[in-house]
Amino acid sequence: MQENKILRPIRKVGIVGYGAYIPRYRLPAREVARVWKADTSGEPSGEKAVAGLDEDVITMSIEAARNALARAMIDPAKIRAVWVGSESHPSAVKPTSTVVAEAIGAVPNTQAADWEFACKAGTEAMQAAIGFVGSGMAAYALSIGMDTAQGRPGDALEYTAGAGGAAYLLGPAEESLAIIEASYSFTTDTPDFFRRANEKYPEHGERFTGEPAYFKHISAAAQELMRATETKPEDYTYAVFHQPNDKFPKRVASSLGFKPDQIEAGLLVPWIGNTYAGSALVGLTAVLDVAEPGDKILLVSYGSGAGSDAFTIQTTEELIKRRKQAPSTQEYIQRRTEIDYATYSRYRGKLSMK
Amino acid sequence: MELSQHWRLKQQRYSLVGEICPYCEGKIFPPRDICPDCGNEAKTTFQFNGKGEIYSFTTVRQAPAGHEENAPYTLALVRLEEGPMVAAQLTDLDDQAVEIGMPVEMVTRKLRSEGERGLLIYGYKFRPILKAA
Amino acid sequence: MSKKMNSTREIIILGVGMTPLGEHWDLSIRELALEAISAARAEAPQVRPEAFYVANMLAPALSRQSQLGALLADFVGLRGIEAMTVEAAGASGGAALRQAYLALKSGMIQSVLVVGAEKVTDRVGSEVDAALATMTDTDYEAIQGITPTAQAALLMRRYLHEYHAPQDALAGFSLNAHANGASNPLAMFQKAIRPEQYSKAPMVSDPINMFDASPIVDGAAAILLACRDTIPANHDHPLVKIAASAMSSTAVALHDQPDPLVISSAVSSVQKAFEQAKLSLEDIDLFELHDSFSIMAALSLEAAGFASKGEGWKLAADGAIALDGKIPICTFGGSKARGEAGGATGVMQVVEVVRQLQALAGKNQVSNAKIGMAQCLGGIGATAVTHILTHFKDH
Repeated sequence: MQENKILRPIRKVGIVGYGAYIPRYRLPAREVARVWKADTSGEPSGEKAVAGLDEDVITMSIEAARNALARAMIDPAKIRAVWVGSESHPSAVKPTSTVVAEAIGAVPNTQAADWEFACKAGTEAMQAAIGFVGSGMAAYALSIGMDTAQGRPGDALEYTAGAGGAAYLLGPAEESLAIIEASYSFTTDTPDFFRRANEKYPEHGERFTGEPAYFKHISAAAQELMRATETKPEDYTYAVFHQPNDKFPKRVASSLGFKPDQIEAGLLVPWIGNTYAGSALVGLTAVLDVAEPGDKILLVSYGSGAGSDAFTIQTTEELIKRRKQAPSTQEYIQRRTEIDYATYSRYRGKLSMK
Repeated sequence: MELSQHWRLKQQRYSLVGEICPYCEGKIFPPRDICPDCGNEAKTTFQFNGKGEIYSFTTVRQAPAGHEENAPYTLALVRLEEGPMVAAQLTDLDDQAVEIGMPVEMVTRKLRSEGERGLLIYGYKFRPILKAA
Repeated sequence: MSKKMNSTREIIILGVGMTPLGEHWDLSIRELALEAISAARAEAPQVRPEAFYVANMLAPALSRQSQLGALLADFVGLRGIEAMTVEAAGASGGAALRQAYLALKSGMIQSVLVVGAEKVTDRVGSEVDAALATMTDTDYEAIQGITPTAQAALLMRRYLHEYHAPQDALAGFSLNAHANGASNPLAMFQKAIRPEQYSKAPMVSDPINMFDASPIVDGAAAILLACRDTIPANHDHPLVKIAASAMSSTAVALHDQPDPLVISSAVSSVQKAFEQAKLSLEDIDLFELHDSFSIMAALSLEAAGFASKGEGWKLAADGAIALDGKIPICTFGGSKARGEAGGATGVMQVVEVVRQLQALAGKNQVSNAKIGMAQCLGGIGATAVTHILTHFKDH
C-alpha cells in the first residue's frame, strides 16, 4: 500500500451551509489602464469588485457567514470554530474572527482564529475545519476566505486585485449539502509574492509567478488528489482553481485535462477580479449555486509562498432546497455599480484626508 | 479611546439584539431593561430579524468630527418589522433613490474608526433588500 | 385681567439684558455674560442677587470649561454667591429660569440672576457639529453620524410626507423670522428674505435648506428675578411676572418617540403652564417658540394647540404668525434670524417676551401685548420648558 498523503477525516464531513459575499462596486480594468496610460492591447479586460467605504474583511465575512448560516439552518451557538483566512485583516493584532463570531452569535463557546497563507488562507481554514469536525471534536466549524486585495497603484496587480469571498459552515456529512470526500495539501518554500509586515502593498518578485509557483503547485495538488481518490477529470462536473487572472486557471485546467465547460461556472475573475483568499472559495459558491445533486467538484486553491489545497466534493439532495435561503453569487455579481479610479482611490483609502 | 463605551454594546450593535417584554410581549430596541410600553421589567434578549422599512431619511453633508471620511451619508429612521424604530445609516445605496416605505435589511458595517491607530467600531446599518433567489 | 392674589409668592422680572448675536471673535463667554448681566442689573441696581444660575450647553465641549456658575459669578462681581450651571441642551435657558422660579417660590431665596451664555465660534466645522451631536443619544444616534440638523431633517421629511404638504410648506417660518429680524438691532441677520431665496437655498440636510436651519452663534442674555416683596420702591421699569413655569421631558432619541411628529414634552409643558396660569390658548398674545429649524416651529405650534396635528405649517402660510397675526411668533427674529445660542436661547426668548409686555419692542412691537409665552426645546424636544409671562401691576 502506498504511503497515505491524502487528508481524510475519521468521520465524514461536508458543507452544511455556504455563503458568498461580493461588494457592489466595480472598477473596470480599462479605467486602471486609462489612469496609468497603459497600452491596453495586452492588458486584462474585465473588472474587479471593490469594497465600499464602510466595508472590510470583517463586515464582508459577517455577511458571508450569515448567508452560510441561513442555508445551514442551525443554531450558531453550536459552532465551535470561526476561522477567517485573509491577506487583509483590518487589524494586525486583534482577530477578525472574534468580531465575526460575536456578530453571528457563535460566542463564547468557540475557537476563533485568523489564518494567513496568501491566497489560500481560506482553504487552509477549511481544511482545518474538516479536521475539527471530522475528528469529532466539533459538530460545526465555520471557515471563511475573504479579502479586500491590495495592489500597488500602477502595478499589474491593480487591474485585478478585487474584494470578496465566501464562508463555509462544515458539519457532519449526513446534514450536508455537499460532502467533502478528501483533501490534499502541497507546499514548498517558493517566494513568488510576499508582503512584509507593516507594508501596504505586496511585492511580486517578477520570478516564479507561473512556474514554479502557480502551475506547479496546483497541478501537483490536483494530480495527487485525483490519483489517490482514483478519479479522472471527466468524473468531475465542475472544477474550480485559484484565479489570479483569466488565463492561469484556464491554462492549468487544460493541462490537467479539464474542458472549458467544467470551469466556466466557477470562473469569476472577469467580473470580480482576484479576490485573493476569497478567490477559489467564491468560485465554489458560484458552482454550488448551479450544481445538481450528485455532481462532483474539484477545488484547488493556490497561495503564494507557496502551496495548494485540493478538495474533492460531491453535492447531495440537500443542496437544491438550501441554496435558495440566501442570495446567490450571481446576485451579488449582478448588483453592480461602476466606479472611476478617483472613487476607487477614495474607497480604498488611497486618498489622504489628514 | 472609548473602548468600553462601544464594547459593552457589541451585541446590539453587531446584530440587533434587543429585548422582549415578558408581560406585554413588546419588542424593545435599543435594549433598556424596562418595557417602554407597559413599564415592567424586560430583560429577556430578543434577536431582531433585521428587516424593516424607511420611516424617514436625509443626507448629511456636513458631518460631525469622526464621520467626515464617510460624508455625504444617508441616515434613516427604520421601522423594524417587530415594531421598534432605529436610527441608522443607509449603505450600498449607490444612486438608488430612497423613499419612505422602502424595505431595507440590516447589515453590519464599519461605523467609524478612532483614527489610524484607534479601534474600528462596527455596527448596524441598513441597505435596500438584496433579494434571495 | 384680574387675577386674585393668593398667598403664593409672585415672581417678578426686575431687569433683562442681552448681547447682539453673532461671531464675537473678540469676546469670551465671560465677557458676553458680563455684558448681558450688566444690562439686566442696571435696571434694578439696588438688588444684589442671592443666587446665580447659568444656562449653557456647549462650554464643556467647545471651551473646555465646566463650572461656569462659579467662573462667571466671580467674573461679574458676584464672588461668593450660590451658583451653578443648568444644562438641558437647547432648553438650558428655560430650565435655568425654571430653577430660579422654584428657588424663589421656595421662599429660601429672594432674588436670582439667570444668565444664558454660549460661546460657539471659537471652534469651527465638524468639531462644532460633534459637540452639538452630544445632545442626541450618543450610543444610538451620534454613533451613526446623526446631528441635530439630521434629526430635524428626518422629522421634516416625514412631516411633508405624512401631511402631503408642499416642498416649501415651511417657508413662511423662515420668511417671518427674517422679516422680524430685520428690525432687531441684536439679530444676527437683519435682512428680510424673499420666497425665491428660500426656494433656491442650498440643501443642508435634505429637505432642510439653509433657510430652514438657524445659525448657531455666540450670545448671552440675563434676567434678574425677585419675589414681589423684594421689588425696590423706586423701580421704574414696567414689571412683568412669571405666571407659569413648566418643564417636561421625553426620550432623547428620535427613534424612541412613540410618534416623532408630536413633541410630547412640549404638549405636556404647555398644558401644565396653562393650568398654573389659569389661562388658555386664546389668552396668549405672542409665542416665542424655539425655531431651531423651521419644522420645529410647525411642531411647536401643533404641540401648544395653536394648530391641529399636521396643520401647523398653514399658520406660516397664511400670515397668522406675523407681528399683526393671530399668534405672532419669533417676534424679534427667533433662532432663525436673531440667531441660535444653544443654552442661552431660552433666556433670550424670555427677554424678548418681557420687552413685548413692557411695550419696549420698537418696530417689533406686538400691539397691546399683555400675555406672552416662551418655550425652548432641548434638541428635537427631549426637554421642553414653557413660561407664561404677564403684566404685573401692583404698585
